[in-house]
Amino acid sequence: MIRAFALLLLFQLIGEIVARTFVLPIPGPVIGMLLLVGVLLASGGVPDFLQRTAEGLLAHLSLLFVPAGVGVIAHLSTLQGAWLALLITLIGSTLITIVITALVLRLFIGQTPRA
Amino acid sequence: MQENITDIWVYLAQTPLLWLTLTLLVYLAADWLYQRAGRLPLLNPVLLAIVVLVLVLMGTRTPYDTYFAGAQFVHFLLGPATVALAIPLYTYYARLKKMLLPLVGALLIGSATGVLSAVWIGQALDLPRAVLLSLAPKSITTPIAMGISEQVGGIPSLTAVLVILTGMIGALLGNELLTLLRFGDNSVRGFAIGLASHGLGTARALQIHAEAGAFAGLAMGLNGATTAILVPLLVQWLGL
Repeated sequence: MIRAFALLLLFQLIGEIVARTFVLPIPGPVIGMLLLVGVLLASGGVPDFLQRTAEGLLAHLSLLFVPAGVGVIAHLSTLQGAWLALLITLIGSTLITIVITALVLRLFIGQTPRA
Repeated sequence: MQENITDIWVYLAQTPLLWLTLTLLVYLAADWLYQRAGRLPLLNPVLLAIVVLVLVLMGTRTPYDTYFAGAQFVHFLLGPATVALAIPLYTYYARLKKMLLPLVGALLIGSATGVLSAVWIGQALDLPRAVLLSLAPKSITTPIAMGISEQVGGIPSLTAVLVILTGMIGALLGNELLTLLRFGDNSVRGFAIGLASHGLGTARALQIHAEAGAFAGLAMGLNGATTAILVPLLVQWLGL
């Protein structure tokens, strides 16, 4: 587990350095993720220790959003005045985005000849 | 005795230990309830945990900063967890490579839809300008969304809340909606949910199917970058 964490953090760190050095709008962890995919492809497999830790971490991904979500406490007064309008906006926009993305992707896949 | 309990509380309320432990316990309890209730969407463990923790903080008059001093250890794991999405991505790499062009097309259109639909619906409902600007980057992961919000004149901490709400909506309703509309392909489902509702959507997609999770993680990462570039341009174009 320690080895896997060291590896994940190392790639996050490299990602942060790359993002800062080249002033990219992409966050460090996402760059780290892409670099790790590259290394896994080059090495031809996921080591067992990494597989296990990654699965454990990703199984509880939603827990990691709780601390930021509790930040709602600072905005209760803003939300109180406009909560219905905000809720309609968020639900409408999120569902429209999901449907449009899925439709476009399905359409484009249909037009690409499958290898 | 009464005084002792107060003293212990005063001490504990200031330490990271209490709030970190409470965050984990409340989440575990919420998740237990959710599983027991047959995964009833309304009992979403993230939503439930946030509501309970907010009530506890309000009831004990604990400032958010004190809470976050403890909870930040959980928050910090978002970084390595994002890197860990490389593993499902690697697993489905062959499939992904074949779909590269369609994915880029869906990414660009989906990303613009996420920003424009939020701003337009919000405008129609008379939301104030600062709120519209805070809404624009709502589909993407918290740290980038907060940065963009600040850049275009929104309220970063409000954006963080809107991002989490968007994630919960996508996680709660996205899969059900796509099932209703007969989207069967796991890669399409995952990509759409991850693009529109970032890590919380990805967490849900991982529960649906490993392939859906891989594509959701990819969409979340790519849309973070795309939205970061699009929002400032669209805000200028819309004249906000």
